[in-house]
Amino acid sequence: MMVDSVLKAVRVVGDRTLKIVERIGATVTFLALILVHSATPFKRPSLIVREVYYAGVQSLIIILVSGLFVGMVLGLQGHETLQKYGSEESVGVLVALALVREMGPVVSALLFASRAGSAITAEIGLMKATEQLSAMEMMAVNPVARVVAPRFWGGVLSMPLLALLFSGMGIFGGFVVAVVLIGVDNGAFWSQMQAAVDFRQDVVNGIIKSLVFGVAVSAIATFEGYEAPPTAEGVSGATTRTVVTSSLAILALDLLLTAFMLKGWN
Amino acid sequence: MENLVEISNLNFGYGQRLVLKGINMRIPRGSLVAIMGLSGCGKTTLLRLMGGQLQAREGRMMVAGEHLNHLDRQGLYRLRRKLGMLFQFGALFTDLSVFDNVAFQMREHTDLSESMIRDLTLLKLNAVGLRGVNTLMPSELSGGMARRVALARATALDPSLILYDEPFAGLDPISLGVIGQLIRRLNDALGATSVLVTHDIQESLKIVDYVYFVAEGVILAEGTPDQIRASTLPFVHQFVWGESDGPMPFHYPAQPIQPDFGLAGRPA
Repeated sequence: MMVDSVLKAVRVVGDRTLKIVERIGATVTFLALILVHSATPFKRPSLIVREVYYAGVQSLIIILVSGLFVGMVLGLQGHETLQKYGSEESVGVLVALALVREMGPVVSALLFASRAGSAITAEIGLMKATEQLSAMEMMAVNPVARVVAPRFWGGVLSMPLLALLFSGMGIFGGFVVAVVLIGVDNGAFWSQMQAAVDFRQDVVNGIIKSLVFGVAVSAIATFEGYEAPPTAEGVSGATTRTVVTSSLAILALDLLLTAFMLKGWN
Repeated sequence: MENLVEISNLNFGYGQRLVLKGINMRIPRGSLVAIMGLSGCGKTTLLRLMGGQLQAREGRMMVAGEHLNHLDRQGLYRLRRKLGMLFQFGALFTDLSVFDNVAFQMREHTDLSESMIRDLTLLKLNAVGLRGVNTLMPSELSGGMARRVALARATALDPSLILYDEPFAGLDPISLGVIGQLIRRLNDALGATSVLVTHDIQESLKIVDYVYFVAEGVILAEGTPDQIRASTLPFVHQFVWGESDGPMPFHYPAQPIQPDFGLAGRPA
């Protein structure tokens, strides 16, 4: 009896693991398919510009407001901790490094997955459910090239820009709290930040992270939409999977990238 | 007359289940042919086979001189540029305006100037009586209007074969008559060949040249509209006159009723 239960549990875990691996494999294969069909959107940049507008520009409000609040909270918390050591002028460094290295790319990617990723999945899934993708196929137009690839590249290009804006707004929020409200020295706030933040090590690494997150979120969002069962329930399930899978992928990739960036790529 | 579509001994199925069995059809160039039958009889599957969306398991499917089973993706796309298809509910691209929907194929497949595309698109919309809605989005159209816009889109590149999947589904009587007349007029004006999948018997018998009846995956009857109306075949008679009792059973095949209601062992 006991052995049966254990075997059943092992079977369930094994089955789930196989399904997860299969799903990851299918997503990576789909990503390769998108890359193969990416010539169309790059020959007609207006297709990508349109998607940058829908995925990027329309995510601006949530990104900027969230960035402001996160920066303000970092300013408050940072000042509270640093003043115990008499180094509250370093609050600018803390806010900037936390945002540029980690919070900017990660939080903006999580917000992007919820706001734009889910919208991309729902849109492609509904296009499939209402036979728009079949109609495109029947017009001798490849839907991966015409519908999926522009949305993928729109997401990939939007992500680093949103992450930079998130970090910029966060630093402004930290400045408002630390300098304007609490009274930390303005010159010390900016000069220490300027001295401590390295462009290559911090800013460029942050941009690399957000680019990788952009690829992951956009690939997952387009894959889930394209593979969604053509029913209301199927599209709703695909949208949920996009948010959950993207969030987990962002956090896992962040751990990997951070480890490589701190310890070097060798 | 030359045949634009020729189907010989075609079999198609999903897994073990055969959906179409031994289908033979000849569709002459310039004609308007209806494929009729009950829901689930395989008529839409037949239409999808003609469009190359599905592949026959056995048999020959020739469209415009091309053997569909032998075409690769490039060849299929080349053939589809000569095809137009009207989907059941229009399948208009919801992120594009009415104008952009109709202009879509011209922009994708031709090098026409934007001013030429504009003129052609407005002409196509005018042909279906909807030039005035060219700036609207699909969500702003009624079901009948969406179907007419989809018809304008399907004929945008003057196709030689137009496939219609249930073009009358869910339409009010006036829209239904309008769509029926448009299908006939466009077919004749473009010199195209049209295949209409429908179960709207009364409307389609008014406009088509020939009818194939499909039931349980085989062609049960065929003929001109007059021959179909006069048919004494029990299935065709039941279908044409909409009789509830006839060879088509009310119940889908199922196991005996007793086990489902916990009455196993009792006499039926």
